[in-house]
Amino acid sequence: MHELAITQNILRIANEHAARADAQRVTDLYLVIGQLSSIVDDSVQFYWDIISKGTLCEGATLHFERIPARLRCQQCGTEYGLEQELTTCPSCQSARAQVIQGEEFRLESIEVEGEGNRSKD
Amino acid sequence: MSKIVHVVEDIMSANDDVAAQNRAKLNGAGVLGINIMASPGSGKTSVILRTIAALKDELRLSVVEGDTAPVSIDADKVIAAGMTAVQINTGGNCHLDANMLRQALPELLLGQVDLLIVENVGNLICPAGFKLGTHFNVVIASVPEGDDKPYKYPNIYRGIDALILNKIDLLPYIDFDIDYFKRGVQLLNPNLIFFTLSCKTGEGLDAWVQWLKARVRAFQAHEDSRLHEWAHHHA
Repeated sequence: MHELAITQNILRIANEHAARADAQRVTDLYLVIGQLSSIVDDSVQFYWDIISKGTLCEGATLHFERIPARLRCQQCGTEYGLEQELTTCPSCQSARAQVIQGEEFRLESIEVEGEGNRSKD
Repeated sequence: MSKIVHVVEDIMSANDDVAAQNRAKLNGAGVLGINIMASPGSGKTSVILRTIAALKDELRLSVVEGDTAPVSIDADKVIAAGMTAVQINTGGNCHLDANMLRQALPELLLGQVDLLIVENVGNLICPAGFKLGTHFNVVIASVPEGDDKPYKYPNIYRGIDALILNKIDLLPYIDFDIDYFKRGVQLLNPNLIFFTLSCKTGEGLDAWVQWLKARVRAFQAHEDSRLHEWAHHHA
């Protein structure tokens, strides 16, 4: 639903960093997305193909690295993963858990071409 | 020649920066801001109107209404209740973001406000991703929506400070397991404050209103002491 706004953010960040690196073209973007970040990859890709046209990022490939969610029980300290549904602590059944991994939502790096071609003047 | 450029930038950083500016603006004016999120029809506007009625003699309130269509039904009700209300028309967008709130803030006389209530767009998915800069996030759920919503929409229930379960007058007619509902919310939100109420009968409203009032008072006392501290340091 809100993937357009998010895709615009990704494009802006990538174009800024590409321009700063004097790149002529961005070929790849590496995104790190936690399991708990509600983002639909296909939808981002759909908007990406449209809004990246005419920018340094036109034609660039999006790579999504998904990070699984990890919870830490606040009662006994057990760390556990998140399956299909929210679950209580497998050791003590406590319902008090803290998210320690899975909320990532960042652009890790971009691969660019044409760097350093600017004339030295 | 190709090379890797390290970016390591949070995709929401632009929104988060504006949210921080909004927070600073509210802090500077001594205004406590709350962001109310819920699905359509859960009773956001009813809760806000009830809250206004209960607090209008003690606190100066303002409301920002986020609506996806250019209808001012909700804002009109708030204005009819004697409050100042600013409507943000998101133009079909599914959520408010920090920049929309930033643009609305100058329309409010923040110096004359104690509590700013922001009514987000009715949606259980998208508003969760966009910080506004308010001090508290509140979700209003309602009995007819069903007790499984925290399990289906975990993101909106994470990072909230208070949860209101509205329409409890309907509990006799609907299979709704409050304990099951509460467990699902607590699981990712152990420090949550939970209110059950009915805007129709008024049951449970007082606990919510008193909690909110106490938050405003605590915030203002804290701001005052910070101001005194600042004045002391700069004397």
